Amino acid sequence: MHHMVDSYATLPRSGCWLAACWGNVKNAMSAAGSKPQLPSTIVRSDEGALVSAAKTGDLGAFEELVNRYEARIFRLTMNITQNREDAQDATQDAFLKSFQNLNRFQGDSRFYTWLVRIAVNEALMKLRKRRPNVVSLDEPVETEEDVIPHEIQDWDPTPEQRYARTEMNSILNEAIGKLDPIFRTVFLLRDVEQVSTEETAEALGISVPAVKSRLLRARLKLREILNPFFRRNATA
Amino acid sequence: MNCKGVIRELSSYLEGDLETTLLTDLEVHLKRCEDCRLIVDTTRKTIEIYCKAEPVPLPDDVRVRLHETLMRRLIRKSDA
Repeated sequence: MHHMVDSYATLPRSGCWLAACWGNVKNAMSAAGSKPQLPSTIVRSDEGALVSAAKTGDLGAFEELVNRYEARIFRLTMNITQNREDAQDATQDAFLKSFQNLNRFQGDSRFYTWLVRIAVNEALMKLRKRRPNVVSLDEPVETEEDVIPHEIQDWDPTPEQRYARTEMNSILNEAIGKLDPIFRTVFLLRDVEQVSTEETAEALGISVPAVKSRLLRARLKLREILNPFFRRNATA
Repeated sequence: MNCKGVIRELSSYLEGDLETTLLTDLEVHLKRCEDCRLIVDTTRKTIEIYCKAEPVPLPDDVRVRLHETLMRRLIRKSDA
Protein backbone atom coordinates (compact mmCIF):
# COMPACT_ATOMS: atom_id res chain seq x y z
CA MET A 1 0.00 0.00 0.00
CA HIS A 2 2.69 2.44 0.95
CA HIS A 3 4.45 2.49 -2.38
CA MET A 4 1.12 3.20 -4.10
CA VAL A 5 0.37 6.11 -1.83
CA ASP A 6 3.86 7.50 -2.34
CA SER A 7 3.54 7.36 -6.09
CA TYR A 8 0.21 9.15 -5.96
CA ALA A 9 1.57 11.77 -3.61
CA THR A 10 3.64 13.18 -6.45
CA LEU A 11 0.52 13.93 -8.47
CA PRO A 12 -1.23 17.30 -8.31
CA ARG A 13 -3.84 15.61 -6.23
CA SER A 14 -3.73 12.68 -3.94
CA GLY A 15 -4.87 9.92 -6.28
CA CYS A 16 -7.44 7.26 -5.76
CA TRP A 17 -8.19 6.37 -2.17
CA LEU A 18 -9.92 3.23 -3.30
CA ALA A 19 -7.01 1.90 -5.33
CA ALA A 20 -4.60 2.86 -2.59
CA CYS A 21 -6.49 1.34 0.26
CA TRP A 22 -8.39 -1.55 -1.26
CA GLY A 23 -5.69 -4.10 -0.70
CA ASN A 24 -5.63 -3.22 2.94
CA VAL A 25 -9.29 -2.83 3.60
CA LYS A 26 -9.66 -6.18 5.24
CA ASN A 27 -6.54 -5.80 7.34
CA ALA A 28 -7.63 -2.35 8.32
CA MET A 29 -11.07 -3.61 9.21
CA SER A 30 -9.65 -6.19 11.56
CA ALA A 31 -7.31 -3.76 13.27
CA ALA A 32 -9.48 -2.22 15.94
CA GLY A 33 -10.58 1.27 15.10
CA SER A 34 -8.02 1.81 12.38
CA LYS A 35 -9.20 2.90 8.95
CA PRO A 36 -7.18 3.14 5.77
CA GLN A 37 -5.70 6.59 5.47
CA LEU A 38 -7.46 8.54 2.78
CA PRO A 39 -5.05 10.15 0.36
CA SER A 40 -7.06 13.34 0.73
CA THR A 41 -5.04 13.79 3.90
CA ILE A 42 -1.87 13.86 1.83
CA VAL A 43 -1.15 17.39 0.70
CA ARG A 44 1.81 18.57 -1.26
CA SER A 45 3.93 20.29 1.31
CA ASP A 46 4.12 23.67 -0.39
CA GLU A 47 0.38 24.09 -0.97
CA GLY A 48 -0.13 25.93 2.32
CA ALA A 49 2.72 28.33 1.56
CA LEU A 50 1.35 29.04 -1.92
CA VAL A 51 -2.11 29.71 -0.53
CA SER A 52 -0.71 32.02 2.16
CA ALA A 53 1.30 33.94 -0.43
CA ALA A 54 -1.71 34.19 -2.73
CA LYS A 55 -3.76 35.54 0.18
CA THR A 56 -1.37 38.48 0.41
CA GLY A 57 -2.00 39.18 -3.29
CA ASP A 58 0.97 37.28 -4.74
CA LEU A 59 -0.28 36.54 -8.26
CA GLY A 60 2.74 34.36 -9.05
CA ALA A 61 1.84 32.03 -6.20
CA PHE A 62 -1.77 31.95 -7.33
CA GLU A 63 -0.73 31.20 -10.90
CA GLU A 64 1.27 28.23 -9.62
CA LEU A 65 -1.92 26.92 -7.98
CA VAL A 66 -3.73 27.44 -11.28
CA ASN A 67 -0.97 25.52 -13.14
CA ARG A 68 -1.29 22.72 -10.68
CA TYR A 69 -5.04 22.23 -10.81
CA GLU A 70 -6.26 23.64 -14.13
CA ALA A 71 -6.34 20.30 -15.98
CA ARG A 72 -8.30 18.62 -13.20
CA ILE A 73 -10.72 21.50 -12.80
CA PHE A 74 -11.27 21.67 -16.55
CA ARG A 75 -11.94 17.94 -16.70
CA LEU A 76 -14.38 18.22 -13.80
CA THR A 77 -16.32 21.12 -15.34
CA MET A 78 -16.23 19.40 -18.72
CA ASN A 79 -17.65 16.23 -17.16
CA ILE A 80 -20.45 18.15 -15.48
CA THR A 81 -21.40 20.53 -18.29
CA GLN A 82 -20.56 18.23 -21.24
CA ASN A 83 -19.83 21.43 -23.15
CA ARG A 84 -16.37 22.82 -23.88
CA GLU A 85 -17.31 26.48 -23.86
CA ASP A 86 -19.20 26.18 -20.57
CA ALA A 87 -16.33 24.20 -19.08
CA GLN A 88 -13.82 26.91 -20.05
CA ASP A 89 -16.00 29.64 -18.55
CA ALA A 90 -16.69 27.63 -15.39
CA THR A 91 -12.97 26.93 -14.94
CA GLN A 92 -12.08 30.56 -15.37
CA ASP A 93 -14.84 31.77 -13.04
CA ALA A 94 -13.91 29.18 -10.42
CA PHE A 95 -10.30 30.38 -10.30
CA LEU A 96 -11.36 34.03 -10.28
CA LYS A 97 -13.80 33.46 -7.43
CA SER A 98 -11.33 31.41 -5.47
CA PHE A 99 -8.78 34.23 -5.66
CA GLN A 100 -11.33 36.87 -4.76
CA ASN A 101 -12.59 34.85 -1.78
CA LEU A 102 -9.28 33.45 -0.65
CA ASN A 103 -9.53 35.25 2.67
CA ARG A 104 -12.59 33.17 3.47
CA PHE A 105 -10.62 29.96 3.01
CA GLN A 106 -9.87 28.85 6.55
CA GLY A 107 -7.46 26.06 5.78
CA ASP A 108 -9.57 23.45 7.56
CA SER A 109 -9.82 21.46 4.33
CA ARG A 110 -7.47 21.15 1.38
CA PHE A 111 -7.35 24.17 -0.87
CA TYR A 112 -8.11 21.83 -3.75
CA THR A 113 -11.29 20.52 -2.09
CA TRP A 114 -12.42 24.08 -1.53
CA LEU A 115 -11.66 24.94 -5.17
CA VAL A 116 -13.57 21.86 -6.37
CA ARG A 117 -16.67 22.99 -4.52
CA ILE A 118 -16.52 26.41 -6.18
CA ALA A 119 -15.94 24.82 -9.59
CA VAL A 120 -18.87 22.41 -9.18
CA ASN A 121 -21.20 25.28 -8.40
CA GLU A 122 -19.96 27.27 -11.38
CA ALA A 123 -20.38 24.27 -13.67
CA LEU A 124 -23.90 23.55 -12.38
CA MET A 125 -24.89 27.17 -12.93
CA LYS A 126 -23.74 26.96 -16.56
CA LEU A 127 -25.59 23.70 -17.00
CA ARG A 128 -28.80 25.10 -15.51
CA LYS A 129 -28.60 28.08 -17.85
CA ARG A 130 -28.25 25.85 -20.86
CA ARG A 131 -30.71 23.17 -19.83
CA PRO A 132 -32.99 24.75 -17.21
CA ASN A 133 -35.56 21.97 -17.33
CA VAL A 134 -33.14 19.11 -17.03
CA VAL A 135 -31.07 20.04 -14.03
CA SER A 136 -32.78 19.68 -10.75
CA LEU A 137 -30.71 18.67 -7.79
CA ASP A 138 -33.73 18.49 -5.55
CA GLU A 139 -36.11 16.10 -7.21
CA PRO A 140 -34.29 13.05 -8.40
CA VAL A 141 -36.27 10.22 -9.86
CA GLU A 142 -34.87 7.19 -8.09
CA THR A 143 -36.37 3.82 -8.82
CA GLU A 144 -35.61 0.29 -7.73
CA GLU A 145 -34.79 -0.41 -11.34
CA ASP A 146 -31.71 1.88 -11.04
CA VAL A 147 -29.96 -0.58 -8.80
CA ILE A 148 -30.68 -3.84 -10.57
CA PRO A 149 -27.58 -4.98 -12.46
CA HIS A 150 -28.26 -6.31 -15.95
CA GLU A 151 -24.80 -6.84 -17.38
CA ILE A 152 -22.89 -9.35 -15.30
CA GLN A 153 -19.61 -10.30 -16.92
CA ASP A 154 -16.00 -10.54 -15.89
CA TRP A 155 -13.70 -7.65 -16.86
CA ASP A 156 -10.05 -7.59 -17.82
CA PRO A 157 -7.81 -7.59 -14.75
CA THR A 158 -6.31 -4.29 -15.93
CA PRO A 159 -9.03 -2.75 -18.09
CA GLU A 160 -7.40 0.68 -18.10
CA GLN A 161 -4.46 -0.66 -20.09
CA ARG A 162 -6.63 -1.50 -23.03
CA TYR A 163 -6.98 2.05 -24.28
CA ALA A 164 -4.63 4.99 -24.86
CA ARG A 165 -5.10 7.95 -22.52
CA THR A 166 -7.01 10.17 -24.95
CA GLU A 167 -9.30 7.35 -26.00
CA MET A 168 -9.81 6.33 -22.39
CA ASN A 169 -10.69 9.87 -21.37
CA SER A 170 -13.29 10.13 -24.09
CA ILE A 171 -14.83 6.77 -23.13
CA LEU A 172 -15.03 7.89 -19.51
CA ASN A 173 -16.37 11.33 -20.36
CA GLU A 174 -19.03 9.90 -22.64
CA ALA A 175 -20.08 7.38 -20.02
CA ILE A 176 -20.40 10.10 -17.38
CA GLY A 177 -22.40 12.17 -19.86
CA LYS A 178 -25.03 9.45 -20.01
CA LEU A 179 -25.80 9.85 -16.32
CA ASP A 180 -28.36 12.30 -15.04
CA PRO A 181 -26.49 15.48 -13.89
CA ILE A 182 -27.45 14.88 -10.26
CA PHE A 183 -25.88 11.44 -10.31
CA ARG A 184 -22.75 12.36 -12.21
CA THR A 185 -22.02 15.36 -9.99
CA VAL A 186 -22.18 13.23 -6.85
CA PHE A 187 -19.96 10.57 -8.44
CA LEU A 188 -17.39 13.14 -9.59
CA LEU A 189 -17.23 14.79 -6.19
CA ARG A 190 -17.10 11.62 -4.13
CA ASP A 191 -15.17 9.14 -6.23
CA VAL A 192 -13.05 11.25 -8.53
CA GLU A 193 -12.32 14.31 -6.39
CA GLN A 194 -12.57 12.43 -3.11
CA VAL A 195 -14.65 15.01 -1.34
CA SER A 196 -16.20 13.53 1.83
CA THR A 197 -19.87 12.52 1.93
CA GLU A 198 -20.62 15.34 4.37
CA GLU A 199 -18.81 17.98 2.28
CA THR A 200 -20.55 16.73 -0.87
CA ALA A 201 -23.91 17.02 0.86
CA GLU A 202 -23.07 20.54 1.98
CA ALA A 203 -21.72 21.61 -1.41
CA LEU A 204 -24.82 20.39 -3.24
CA GLY A 205 -27.34 21.35 -0.59
CA ILE A 206 -28.68 17.80 -0.25
CA SER A 207 -28.80 15.32 2.62
CA VAL A 208 -26.14 12.74 3.47
CA PRO A 209 -28.51 9.81 2.68
CA ALA A 210 -29.27 11.44 -0.68
CA VAL A 211 -25.55 11.60 -1.47
CA LYS A 212 -25.16 7.92 -0.58
CA SER A 213 -28.16 6.83 -2.59
CA ARG A 214 -27.11 8.81 -5.67
CA LEU A 215 -23.55 7.60 -5.42
CA LEU A 216 -24.65 3.97 -5.39
CA ARG A 217 -26.88 4.53 -8.42
CA ALA A 218 -24.14 6.39 -10.28
CA ARG A 219 -21.56 3.68 -9.60
CA LEU A 220 -23.88 0.89 -10.74
CA LYS A 221 -25.03 2.76 -13.83
CA LEU A 222 -21.46 3.58 -14.87
CA ARG A 223 -20.51 -0.04 -14.38
CA GLU A 224 -23.23 -1.05 -16.80
CA ILE A 225 -22.26 1.60 -19.36
CA LEU A 226 -18.57 0.67 -19.23
CA ASN A 227 -19.19 -3.06 -19.34
CA PRO A 228 -18.94 -3.39 -23.17
CA PHE A 229 -15.58 -1.61 -23.15
CA PHE A 230 -13.89 -3.55 -20.39
CA ARG A 231 -15.40 -7.02 -20.30
CA ARG A 232 -13.11 -9.89 -21.21
CA ASN A 233 -12.72 -10.39 -24.95
CA ALA A 234 -14.59 -7.14 -25.55
CA THR A 235 -14.65 -5.88 -29.08
CA ALA A 236 -16.25 -2.50 -28.34
CA MET B 1 -27.67 -11.86 3.21
CA ASN B 2 -29.19 -12.11 -0.27
CA CYS B 3 -28.20 -10.45 -3.57
CA LYS B 4 -30.35 -7.40 -2.84
CA GLY B 5 -28.56 -6.96 0.45
CA VAL B 6 -25.20 -6.99 -1.31
CA ILE B 7 -26.32 -4.16 -3.58
CA ARG B 8 -27.67 -2.23 -0.62
CA GLU B 9 -24.37 -2.53 1.27
CA LEU B 10 -22.13 -2.29 -1.81
CA SER B 11 -20.89 1.26 -1.26
CA SER B 12 -20.09 0.73 2.41
CA TYR B 13 -18.32 -2.52 1.54
CA LEU B 14 -16.18 -0.90 -1.14
CA GLU B 15 -15.32 1.96 1.19
CA GLY B 16 -14.34 -0.41 3.99
CA ASP B 17 -17.06 1.04 6.20
CA LEU B 18 -19.14 -2.06 6.83
CA GLU B 19 -19.54 -3.15 10.41
CA THR B 20 -18.25 -6.61 11.28
CA THR B 21 -21.49 -8.63 11.33
CA LEU B 22 -22.69 -7.29 7.99
CA LEU B 23 -19.20 -7.72 6.54
CA THR B 24 -19.14 -11.38 7.51
CA ASP B 25 -22.67 -11.96 6.12
CA LEU B 26 -21.77 -10.24 2.88
CA GLU B 27 -18.56 -12.20 2.42
CA VAL B 28 -20.32 -15.49 3.12
CA HIS B 29 -22.77 -14.59 0.35
CA LEU B 30 -19.96 -13.58 -2.03
CA LYS B 31 -18.27 -16.93 -1.56
CA ARG B 32 -21.28 -18.74 -2.99
CA CYS B 33 -22.66 -16.19 -5.47
CA GLU B 34 -20.56 -15.60 -8.57
CA ASP B 35 -22.86 -12.90 -9.95
CA CYS B 36 -22.45 -10.79 -6.83
CA ARG B 37 -18.68 -11.34 -6.87
CA LEU B 38 -18.59 -10.03 -10.43
CA ILE B 39 -20.77 -7.05 -9.59
CA VAL B 40 -18.59 -6.12 -6.60
CA ASP B 41 -15.41 -6.56 -8.62
CA THR B 42 -16.52 -4.60 -11.67
CA THR B 43 -18.01 -1.78 -9.58
CA ARG B 44 -14.68 -1.51 -7.74
CA LYS B 45 -12.88 -1.42 -11.10
CA THR B 46 -15.27 1.26 -12.36
CA ILE B 47 -14.29 3.55 -9.50
CA GLU B 48 -10.60 2.73 -9.90
CA ILE B 49 -10.65 3.47 -13.61
CA TYR B 50 -12.03 6.96 -12.96
CA CYS B 51 -9.63 7.54 -10.10
CA LYS B 52 -6.59 6.51 -12.06
CA ALA B 53 -7.39 8.32 -15.29
CA GLU B 54 -4.96 11.18 -15.68
CA PRO B 55 -6.53 14.34 -17.02
CA VAL B 56 -5.28 15.33 -20.45
CA PRO B 57 -3.28 18.58 -20.18
CA LEU B 58 -5.30 21.62 -21.18
CA PRO B 59 -5.22 22.33 -24.89
CA ASP B 60 -2.73 25.18 -25.50
CA ASP B 61 -5.33 27.67 -26.69
CA VAL B 62 -7.53 27.05 -23.64
CA ARG B 63 -4.58 27.34 -21.31
CA VAL B 64 -3.28 30.58 -22.81
CA ARG B 65 -6.75 32.12 -22.77
CA LEU B 66 -7.33 31.08 -19.17
CA HIS B 67 -4.04 32.49 -17.90
CA GLU B 68 -4.31 35.73 -19.88
CA THR B 69 -7.86 36.38 -18.70
CA LEU B 70 -7.11 35.52 -15.09
CA MET B 71 -4.00 37.63 -14.88
CA ARG B 72 -5.63 40.58 -16.67
CA ARG B 73 -8.65 40.56 -14.38
CA LEU B 74 -6.74 39.89 -11.20
CA ILE B 75 -4.12 42.57 -11.87
CA ARG B 76 -6.89 45.07 -12.58
CA LYS B 77 -8.56 44.03 -9.35
CA SER B 78 -5.44 44.41 -7.23
CA ASP B 79 -4.70 47.82 -8.82
CA ALA B 80 -8.19 49.06 -8.06
